[in-house]
Parts: sequence; C-alpha cells; structure tokens
Amino acid sequence: MANETSPAGKPAAKRQFRIWRGDESGGDLQDYAVEVNEGEVVLDVIHRLQATDAPDLACRWNCKAGKCGSCSMEINGKPRLSCMTRMSTFEEDETVTVTPLRTFPVIRDLVTDVSFNYEKARETPAFAPPPDLAPGDYRMQQVDVERSQEFRKCIECFLCQTVCHVIRDHEENKQAFAGPRFFIRAAELDMHPLDVKTDRREYAQAEQGLGLCNITKCCTEVCPEHIKITDNGIIPMKERVVDRRYDPLVWLGSKIFRRGQVPQTSVTSGHSSGAVHASGGHGGVHSHAGGSHDPQAEAQAQGGVNWNREVPHPTAPAVDTRGRLPLTELTFDRAAAPSPFGDDVTFPMPPEHLNFAHPEQDKH
Amino acid sequence: MTSPATKPRRARDRAAIAAKTLRTDRWWLAPLLTVVGLGAWVAYATVRVFMHKWYWVEDFHYLTPFYSPCVTDRCVEGAAHFGRFLPGWWIVPDAALTLPFLLLFRLTCYYYRKAYYRSFWLSPPACAVPDGHKAYSGETRFPLLGQNLHRYFFYAAAIISLINTWDAILAFHSPKGFGFGLGNIILLLNVVMLWAYTISCHSCRHIIGGRLKHFSKAPMRYKAWTFVSALNVRHMQLAWITLGTLALTDFYVMAVAAGWFNDLRFIN
Repeated sequence: MANETSPAGKPAAKRQFRIWRGDESGGDLQDYAVEVNEGEVVLDVIHRLQATDAPDLACRWNCKAGKCGSCSMEINGKPRLSCMTRMSTFEEDETVTVTPLRTFPVIRDLVTDVSFNYEKARETPAFAPPPDLAPGDYRMQQVDVERSQEFRKCIECFLCQTVCHVIRDHEENKQAFAGPRFFIRAAELDMHPLDVKTDRREYAQAEQGLGLCNITKCCTEVCPEHIKITDNGIIPMKERVVDRRYDPLVWLGSKIFRRGQVPQTSVTSGHSSGAVHASGGHGGVHSHAGGSHDPQAEAQAQGGVNWNREVPHPTAPAVDTRGRLPLTELTFDRAAAPSPFGDDVTFPMPPEHLNFAHPEQDKH
Repeated sequence: MTSPATKPRRARDRAAIAAKTLRTDRWWLAPLLTVVGLGAWVAYATVRVFMHKWYWVEDFHYLTPFYSPCVTDRCVEGAAHFGRFLPGWWIVPDAALTLPFLLLFRLTCYYYRKAYYRSFWLSPPACAVPDGHKAYSGETRFPLLGQNLHRYFFYAAAIISLINTWDAILAFHSPKGFGFGLGNIILLLNVVMLWAYTISCHSCRHIIGGRLKHFSKAPMRYKAWTFVSALNVRHMQLAWITLGTLALTDFYVMAVAAGWFNDLRFIN
C-alpha cells in the first residue's frame, strides 16, 4: 500500500481517522489509517474505507456534489456535508474524527434516523394560494418572490437542525421546537406574494416554538447553501410575531388605516386557523397541513366523500381506428396527445368528484 | 418535501459519544474575546458615568455622548439643552433620560443577544459545544420575553441619535464663533457610526420594509429596505465600532476637559 501512487503521481499518504462505529445499543470511536489522495473529500475517504478496511461501515450519501443533503455528519465535531469537506483543510498529521449527527437517533455507524424533521415538515401548513386562482395563473413580480426564493435553496441536509442547541442539548424541547429549517419554511411562505394564509407567524410562535430560538446563529454558520437563516428568516419571523403580539403601534395603525397586509379571508375560514390554537398537544396532525383553503371545499371535505356511491367508469383514452393510442398527432384527429385519464377528466378535480374505484369492484 | 419513512417507528437512542464536543479548533476564543471586550467597555462606561466631571469642554462646546443631554442639577449650563430637573445624587447618571434606553437598545439588539448568550450565558458557548445549562426555555418567558421590545428601544435610540447629532453640530460653534478641531471630527465620526449602527438594526429593517408582503407595491420602501439590508449585514461590525467610537469620543472629551492634552484646532 505504501508504494501506491495517487493519480497525480505523488505517493499517497496515509492519514489518521477516528470513526464512530456502532448502533443504538452502543458504540465507540475506532481508529483507521486510510490513504488520502490530492483533491479528495472526507466522503471519498469513507468510501475507500468501505472498499478496504471496513466493508460494513454504514453511511448515507447520494450526489457527492453538495446538492442532495444526504451525507451530513460531524467532522471534527462540526456538522458538515462530508462530500463538501476537503481533506486539504486538515493538517497532514491531524486525526480526523467522524461521528454521526448527534441530535438524531443513530441507526448504524454514520447513519441517523432523521424522521424528526419529516414529522415537523408534515405539521407545517402547506402553501396556500388564493382560492380563486387556478394553478397556471400564478403571476408574481421577481422582487416580491425573491426573499422566498433564498429559502428554496435549502437542500434539507438538516445540519442546521443538528447544530441547534435547543434540541441538540435539550432532547425534551423536540416536541415544542420545529427547528431552523422549518422556521425558514414558515418565513418562505409568510413572505410569499401569493400565500394568503395569514396566521403563519402565530403558528411559528405557538406551534413551532420560535420563542425558544435565542438567535445564536449556529444554523447560519453551518448552512452549506449559505442561506442567511437567522438574519433573513428567523429574525424577520420574530419581528412579524412582535407586530402581531407585542406592538400596539402597529395594531393601532392597522386599525386606523385598515392596512392589513393581505385580505383577511382565509385566516378565519372554517376550522383551519382554529386548529392552530386549539391543538394544545404537540406533534399531532394538523388538519390544515396541506389541505385545501377554499372554505367551500373544506366544508365538503369535512362532510366527507360518499365512498359507497357507484362510481362511473372513467372514459378510456381516445384511440385510433386500430384501437391503439396514436403515436403522432399527424395521424390523429385532434391536437396534442390524449389524456391518459380520459378526455372527460380535468384537473384540479373538484373535491366532490373525488372517488375511489376498487379494481375488483365489478367482480362482486 | 421528502416523504416520511413508512416503517413502524420505535424510539431510538442517540449515538453514545462520550466526548462533550469533538471540536479541535479554538472555539473558545471568540466568546473569550467577547467577554473581555464587553467587560472592559462596561467597566469603562460605568466609571465614566458616575465620575460626574470632565464631560464638557467649555472652550469648544464638546459634550461627551455619555452625558448628553445632561439633566441633573449639577450639570454645567452649556451641556444641559433640556433643562436641569433631576436631583444631583451621585447614583443618578447625568444623562439619566437617555442612558437607560441606550443600554436597553444594545441589550435587546439581535447581535448583542447572540454575543452575550454565547459568551456570558454559555447557551451555547460555540456551535456544537454543549449548552452550560440543564434546562432551556429560550426567549419564551419573563424576563427574556422582553427582548421583543427591541423596536421601542430602537425608536428611542433614533431620537437619541438626533440629540447626539445636535451636540456634534453645536460643537462647531464655540464661544469665539465658528471653529473646528480634531474633537469635532471625532464627534462627527461617532455620530455617523451611531446612525449606521442604529439604522442597520434588524427591527429597523423590518419596520422600514421587511414587514411588507409585496415590495412591488411600495418601491420607495423597497429601496429603503435594500439600503438598510446592506447595512444590516454589517450590524455586528457596527456594534463593535460604535463601542469603540463612543469610548474614544468620551475619552477625548475627558482628556481635553481635564487638560491632559489640548485639542488640535484647525480653525479658531
């Protein structure tokens, strides 16, 4: 091994690594000496280790380009993407310690169970465009949507979530605290020019635990996408909460000039905003998460779909004279390709048309 | 958003890592410097505020920002623009109207919060270094809930910056008429930096335009917001620079008032 050379022609150097091996029943840091070539990143070294000394070393990775957010781990104690951490940033004789994300439960070796984040994501209310605006008709100005777009850069590597001391050092806060990634999600939607949900700041304060954040900015420090999580996301959200809850001047101004930022239509419609305050328990499923914000549709959805009614068979897609789907428009009698759902179905489907046809319903 | 795993869940444990932190860099340096810097400044300011002398240079009308406006009955006349209505007990600062608000403005400032939560309260001392406390409730309860009052202290600080600007302008008019020297330049520099720090405040950024949903409907406010945002990026630097310029201005006025050295005059 010692005589091997790297592609660049220099002799490959062996570097010292300490990698946490184990699972939820326990584990420890194990020492490895691994060959490192010029231009390599920590993930390359881990792959080499899998190919040589430790074929059973578990690690999660995907794109190796800093865009998928899979290879998050802690390198020399700092949460980082291993594919973006160059070996040249360490001293030649430095031992590099690699551990799994500390905030989340470990599955094995460097792989952690990050479901906490998916649960928080599911609880966050979805984008809510105006009810009368059809998809495809969304129009907005670049200056209006720019702030939201910064947060769309998020690759969900959850480095900000793992570094945040609110949950990293205080497991008991996990129920009440959604974490920086979901604060910027709330900010993204609250700042979005076409989002008409007006209780996002209350939601951030009451359900996401915005008040637990003490803006020590570690989330911004570790973000591989360089999103200004604290300055552009969390602090503006805190200020928006202040507008609503602690600022009598803003309250007075909005009363005198009737200067709401957006029409107050959806905030009080139906049960959706009530759910924010009524659901005292944390971690529950919020009825407004991802739901429709059309009051009529919500009322119908609450009434429920009659699953027992007889479902008309969908129209089959249009076929040519030979009973086949036409391959080209030239040989077909109408413009554009036929819909695989049949020409009688348009999207979005009204809620009352939703139904389910069991594939074997005709066999009974 | 990624779809959740559908496997039945059971509570798992975190990886058993004995070391509290595995960071190998000098993560303790930044909080240490913050403690030293803020500690030194607070010590200097406390001594100066309760010194009750050497705050006014009669010859050139220099007034230190630590005594502006001077409102106790021991103030000299030139330094008291707003009257002398407070009793002159030693415990009462001569600028008792403004100093508490300036203190609260900086205490609730989003940058200083980060600085002292990290360095004094160790919550956390540095990223990925454990919090020094067993329980943590953030800014959800009294007294830290009061951090939400930052914007009021911002309004107060803006008014106080106006007063400081007025002081700096008055200093061009000494008993001999118009004149200026090195002291004027220091006073001006301090005022410019104070304005930059005050305007770059996160609350100001929000009030000036950040709270809007549609920038396109308020182009002037968008412009103002863009300007404040550019300054806001430097809020930390401005926070430290203004501590420096405040101490420098005060020291210069004190030294000239005490006669330790003479003001370098350019005109008159």
